[in-house]
Amino acid sequence: MAEKHFEVSRLPGFATTAIIVFVALYVPIFTLVAYSFNASMSVAVWGGFSTDWYVKAWSNQQIKDATLRSLIIACFAAAISTAVATMAALGTTRRKAFKGQTFIYVMINQPLMVPEIVTAVALLILFGMIKQATGIQGIGYVILAHSAFCIPFAYLPIRARLEGMDLSLETAAADLYATPWQTFRRVTLPLLAPGIAAGAMLAFVISLDDVVITEFVKAGGQDTLPTYMLGQMKRQLTPEINAVSSMLLLVTVALLTAFFLLTRKKNDG
Amino acid sequence: MTAETIISARNVVKAFGQGAAAVRALDDVSLDILRGEFFTLLGPSGCGKTTLLRLIAGFEMPTGGQILLDGADITTLPPNRRPVNTVFQSYALFPHLTVAQNVAFGLQMLGKPAAEVKATTARMLALVKLDHLAGRKTAQLSGGQQQRVALARALAPQPKVLLLDEPLSALDLKLRKEMQVELKRLQIETGITFVFVTHDQEEALTMSDRIGVMSNGKLQQVGTAKDIYTRPRNRFVASFIGETNFLTGTAEDDALRIAGGARIPVPGLRAGGAATVTVRPEQLRLGPPAEGGLPATVRDLVYFGTDTHCHLLLEDGTELVARLQSPASGEAGFVTGQKVGLRFAEGAVQKVEE
Amino acid sequence: MSPAELRETRRSARNGWLLSTPALILLFCAAAGPLLIVVIYSFLAPGKYGNVEWQFSTAGWVGILWTKDIFDETWHLADAHLAIFWRSVSLSLLTTLFTFLVGFPTAWFIATRPANHRAFWLFLITIPFWTNLLIRTYAINEVLRKEGLVNTVLIKLHVLSEPLDMLYGPFAIFVGMTYVYLPLMVLPLFASIDRFDMKLLEAGHDLYASRWQLLRRVILPIVKPGIIAGSILVFVPSLGAYVTPRVLGGGKQMMIGNFIELQFGQGRNWPLGAALSMTLLIVVTVALLVYVRYAGRDGDARHG
Repeated sequence: MAEKHFEVSRLPGFATTAIIVFVALYVPIFTLVAYSFNASMSVAVWGGFSTDWYVKAWSNQQIKDATLRSLIIACFAAAISTAVATMAALGTTRRKAFKGQTFIYVMINQPLMVPEIVTAVALLILFGMIKQATGIQGIGYVILAHSAFCIPFAYLPIRARLEGMDLSLETAAADLYATPWQTFRRVTLPLLAPGIAAGAMLAFVISLDDVVITEFVKAGGQDTLPTYMLGQMKRQLTPEINAVSSMLLLVTVALLTAFFLLTRKKNDG
Repeated sequence: MTAETIISARNVVKAFGQGAAAVRALDDVSLDILRGEFFTLLGPSGCGKTTLLRLIAGFEMPTGGQILLDGADITTLPPNRRPVNTVFQSYALFPHLTVAQNVAFGLQMLGKPAAEVKATTARMLALVKLDHLAGRKTAQLSGGQQQRVALARALAPQPKVLLLDEPLSALDLKLRKEMQVELKRLQIETGITFVFVTHDQEEALTMSDRIGVMSNGKLQQVGTAKDIYTRPRNRFVASFIGETNFLTGTAEDDALRIAGGARIPVPGLRAGGAATVTVRPEQLRLGPPAEGGLPATVRDLVYFGTDTHCHLLLEDGTELVARLQSPASGEAGFVTGQKVGLRFAEGAVQKVEE
Repeated sequence: MSPAELRETRRSARNGWLLSTPALILLFCAAAGPLLIVVIYSFLAPGKYGNVEWQFSTAGWVGILWTKDIFDETWHLADAHLAIFWRSVSLSLLTTLFTFLVGFPTAWFIATRPANHRAFWLFLITIPFWTNLLIRTYAINEVLRKEGLVNTVLIKLHVLSEPLDMLYGPFAIFVGMTYVYLPLMVLPLFASIDRFDMKLLEAGHDLYASRWQLLRRVILPIVKPGIIAGSILVFVPSLGAYVTPRVLGGGKQMMIGNFIELQFGQGRNWPLGAALSMTLLIVVTVALLVYVRYAGRDGDARHG
């Protein structure tokens, strides 16, 4: 005699809607990846399976340059933003609230709040002025911009990790004769490491994915992979762009998975 | 035993918060702890005992007063420059280090040569019977084992004083009893002064050479377990440690006159004004009313196995509890509603301050 | 406080500032500081070939709503601008509403999964959230275009005989924004629902409420902070969207973001672009203040 279980939290149609949402979230991405294996010349017609577009993308000098540039920028931006974000996280957590702390929070989170297009325009103007005044050109402007807007993304996981850390561990280290520097080096830093790695990874992904700010700040011939792709989208599309997208997607998903594993470990420890 | 002071707290004040919202966690506490003793700070949560411990360790700065160690003023010295170590309530073991690395930490920070670090670490692990777990990460240990690592780690640098902040509170009852014995053994074997913080009066009574009872940021009484139990200074100490009865009335010479007019002998009491006395439940003796004593009525009997608690009502309405040995089977005990005569054991009635 | 305590407090605050300084400098140079220059630029006169003339002018701000007729020099309302603002606001509101309508059941679904499955479903939501916005927008392009997935399937099913032209218009922008910003709605909603005590539903049923009444009278009022947080988190980036309307709007259907870019490109009206940027920033700031006021406590939970 099977009695239907009465579940209070079940609401009619909710599960169906949710499943449709999940499907709808992934179908476009899978379609995009599928078409990267399209043998046909056009993105429109399926012409059988092929990895030609990957080969083609790989031999495209513009794509190679843009990829390398993206990686260099992301490495620098991740390193710089993570370094300053780590310091800021150490400065703003686990101490008595001090004057100006809210200001620091607002400043750090500012890139999350201001629309990207506004920051992009602002940087276009500022960097234009600097370039005109000093004549200094180069990729440094893009790196500087990326380093700034990656700070909140690096800061959040590091702060979360710090806040979850038992304060008494550092107290214990001080009690056992460690100087403040030794305490940091021997206790705080090793325990914070997963948070720093997670922050760096997030910053790297954010930098790698940025379109808007890069589009405004870059000089001619300084295309990153996303701005190159944006430029291509105006023209006749070939599955090459799908191949590039799929590869970028793969890198992002791999880094994100690593990020989740890193931050999840915190809860076990 | 020479009574040499190792730690001296002088008029220590610690306030948290500022202005009108400030809370005095410690209010003018002065205390001397003697070299080599097992000293316990006992009190309910929020009484200031942990704050005092943290001030001795250097984790907090006092708002006022001084703390001396071996006669030297250490009030503002940072914790890493004080030869005292702490066993934390949460143990605070370094999760990224092994058991042995945890124990060696303090020695390394003191810059001891590697050979000495290794030897001392091994000795400490043997002392707490954990030699077989030296290579484990601390997260893999049981609560009792973590406790031992924390002890070994704090003892390894051979501190002048070991501070223990409710170290047994996270353990279950059986393990707690074992660790009580263990701690006492370690204290005797190492000869190090232990300052132990607890809210558990039984723990305090069984382990300590001396106890400091605290409440509301003030030190209420300092003395041996027996002193504090048998001669509590005030109402708080009497009621916090063990169960007790209070009687209030007018002081006369060597006696207390209670409301009903009855006179209770209290040797040493001097006439003048209101007074309160205390008497432990096991010091009450009941007999037939005909044999004299304070007239009382049995209101309720609560059976506890070996003991029976007998709730009594005096003629003036005061309620008292007497702890009697439970009658053997077949033996007639007291019954509810029975009239009895109440007497007190010699010297059992103690005057206390309110 | 004793001198020692005071020293300790001051030292702690000083270290807090010192440690934050490098981040603050970087943010000031390349994020917050440049916004001040935008304010200045919005009050300057446009240069002939882009950039600005260094003389005070309110033309940029006036130009947001009015244009000067080239022939008779009279001012009248700029209909084209109003159309862009209306498109931005209406599409953003529509996106917010629709992400809520589908996002709420999704968040509810995740929150009512067994605890050990929840992380998996959340991960599924989070992955698109962090993946490249441009790629996701392009993926929608793949789905909506004439020979795309939707048309192909509908024609195969004989629902359609001719492919629908869905791309390059408000509809495509709306679909794209809903797609890319949906996780921003689901995550704060989930955070709210996750804290919701399901026992309340039992209590509600016990007191004769139907499921619909429970939803309206118990669930929605309690998870309101999450709804507000999610709505703001979707509305704010929708309003400032640049990539999605550019890729899916096909250049003709601009939103504010593209309109701003235009002023710095072919439009050659930097002061107008600067004034538009500031206007956008002000609207967004107001929305965020509402968020802080009503749902501040949920703020930290928004990244799952």
